[in-house]
Amino acid sequence: MLSSVEVNNARENRIDKKFNELKKKGRKALIAFITAGDPDIDITINLVYKMVEGGADIIEIGIPYSDPLADGPIIQASSTRALKKGVKIDDIMNAVKMIRQNTDVPLVYLVYYNSIYKYGMEKFLKSAKDSGVDGLIIPDLPLEERKDMKELSEKHDIYLIPLVAPTSNDRIKKICENGKGFVYCVSTKGVTGVRNSIETDIEKYMDLVSKYTDLPKAIGFGISGPEMAKKFAPYCDGIIIGSAIVKMINDSRNNDEIFDNVANFISSVKEVI
Amino acid sequence: MVGRFGKFGGQYVPETIMNALIELEDEFYKAINDKDFIDEYKYYLREYSGRPTPLYFARNLTERLGGAKIYLKREDLNHTGAHKINNVLGQILLAKRMGKRKVIAETGAGQHGVATATGAAMFDMECEIFMGEEDIKRQSLNVFRMKLLGAKVTPVKTGTGTLKDAVNEAIRHWVTNIDDTFYVMGSVVGPHPYPIMVRDFQRVIGDETREQILSKEKRLPDYIVACVGGGSNSMGIFYPFINDSSVKLIGVEAAGLGIDTDKHAATMAKGSIGVLHGMMTYLLQDDEGQIMPVYSISAGLDYPGVGPEHAYLRDTGRAQYVYATDEEALSAFMDLSQIEGIIPALESAHAVAYAMKLAPSLRKDDVIVVNLSGRGDKDVNTVANVLEVEL
Repeated sequence: MLSSVEVNNARENRIDKKFNELKKKGRKALIAFITAGDPDIDITINLVYKMVEGGADIIEIGIPYSDPLADGPIIQASSTRALKKGVKIDDIMNAVKMIRQNTDVPLVYLVYYNSIYKYGMEKFLKSAKDSGVDGLIIPDLPLEERKDMKELSEKHDIYLIPLVAPTSNDRIKKICENGKGFVYCVSTKGVTGVRNSIETDIEKYMDLVSKYTDLPKAIGFGISGPEMAKKFAPYCDGIIIGSAIVKMINDSRNNDEIFDNVANFISSVKEVI
Repeated sequence: MVGRFGKFGGQYVPETIMNALIELEDEFYKAINDKDFIDEYKYYLREYSGRPTPLYFARNLTERLGGAKIYLKREDLNHTGAHKINNVLGQILLAKRMGKRKVIAETGAGQHGVATATGAAMFDMECEIFMGEEDIKRQSLNVFRMKLLGAKVTPVKTGTGTLKDAVNEAIRHWVTNIDDTFYVMGSVVGPHPYPIMVRDFQRVIGDETREQILSKEKRLPDYIVACVGGGSNSMGIFYPFINDSSVKLIGVEAAGLGIDTDKHAATMAKGSIGVLHGMMTYLLQDDEGQIMPVYSISAGLDYPGVGPEHAYLRDTGRAQYVYATDEEALSAFMDLSQIEGIIPALESAHAVAYAMKLAPSLRKDDVIVVNLSGRGDKDVNTVANVLEVEL
């Protein structure tokens, strides 16, 4: 049995640790998203290692879902491909467990609520914890529906990452209250995708988020590459890139090309933030 | 809890639209408590859509079956051909009141799309309709009607290319255009406040039925039978009778090729609880919560979920949910056409099919009301195909 001292010294969540390290270095986190099982689960595992080598600070693993409401065409298609391959939640949990044995990179799941609900909330959190996951992003579980999930995730010591949007305004305070890890700041009105520009006044938006919370702020949705990442970096603590990577994976002709292209892309973004 | 029917309902949507839903709820309640708004809504129901619709005693059908008296609530006689216009007029007037100039909607059979395009034309609003690619093929007549009315019809190719995917795409479009766009949801589904709002704009069906049956029969009906896809026509006719325990409420789902095949849309019969389109309800889904492809000959019932209030009525036992197959619906479609001279929508034919099974088992002084939610003109091509008739 652990003594109380040992409990208090329980390992710092990897997400907190990462943001603290980066802050000391004056750098921003690069949070990289891929869909588990696209093109297959072995490539997913190896892609995580390659992205970490390339400089990714946090890895977001998407659990594919049939009806991803917050996602644009690129990630929708990626989910469809993964599901066609027959990837199951337990396959993903096992893959993550394997990844965890080889790297200490913070890992979060991007997962739609129905996947958790149907799998069983408690069972999902337990499996996620056992596999070494540090946080969950649930894009269709707003503040009003979070209570049960928040309690359970705290019980299982997994961070439930709060999401805010440019339309949130005065909701930001409540959303971030008792938030853990970082705030996922959705850059724009819309779904995920690769955009040429973002019309939101990011400076003003991030000022507003900072007014309500001290959590690290990460900006995601629509970020296409180094140029946009560099532009947003001064206003936040992390940059989230998903669709651009997923698109690159699908556009590559073979596995070697996937690994090279993604690793190079990650490095090119990491260099400038 | 706000926006819940027992455990069902809720608001499982991206944060980006939460403030818009809160505003919508607020504006909706202000509107329905505003006499001017209600007067205007009633004016358009009466003068534009032709309400009240008749409650027609189907004498021939009743005599043929030799059992209970069958009344048909003639929602098929509404302007645009189905009950969908009731809800659209309410929501379009609300959009106008909120200063929105752009409306979007999803559609399955195309009836809600046509109704929305109609409302938008009358109130001079920009209108975009999301419709699954498969449904576009099945309902080409309605697609053309929407275009004639000035709407843009956007085909949805993702997923199964049916109603479920059209809802996803409409929500995604709404997230992107949240500031100036009003989403006219077509059924009692989606995040709160939609299930309540759509029900309240459809309850006119039940309110009229109540008055009409009391006038004709001097009593309430024994059964009310209505088809259920998302469940707006059934919720509309059920709702005013919920506290009348003597009135049995029966929802008829689409059993497609049979509920033991993988080609049906019988959510209540075969579904389990989950979350889709912002609501917790019964869904046709696999063990991992992936939404399963559904099938029905009628595009309007081809939906893997059901309104959360129906889920609640089922679990509390207040309403009973049964099903009719494609074959049964087609047979009822033919029968009603030939016996009563009324061509029903294939959706409504599911309700007729069940009523035809039920009637002979009842006494002659029992009363069944069937909600004839729409007319079958739009389905003539589909039926001709099945009958292998070339038009």
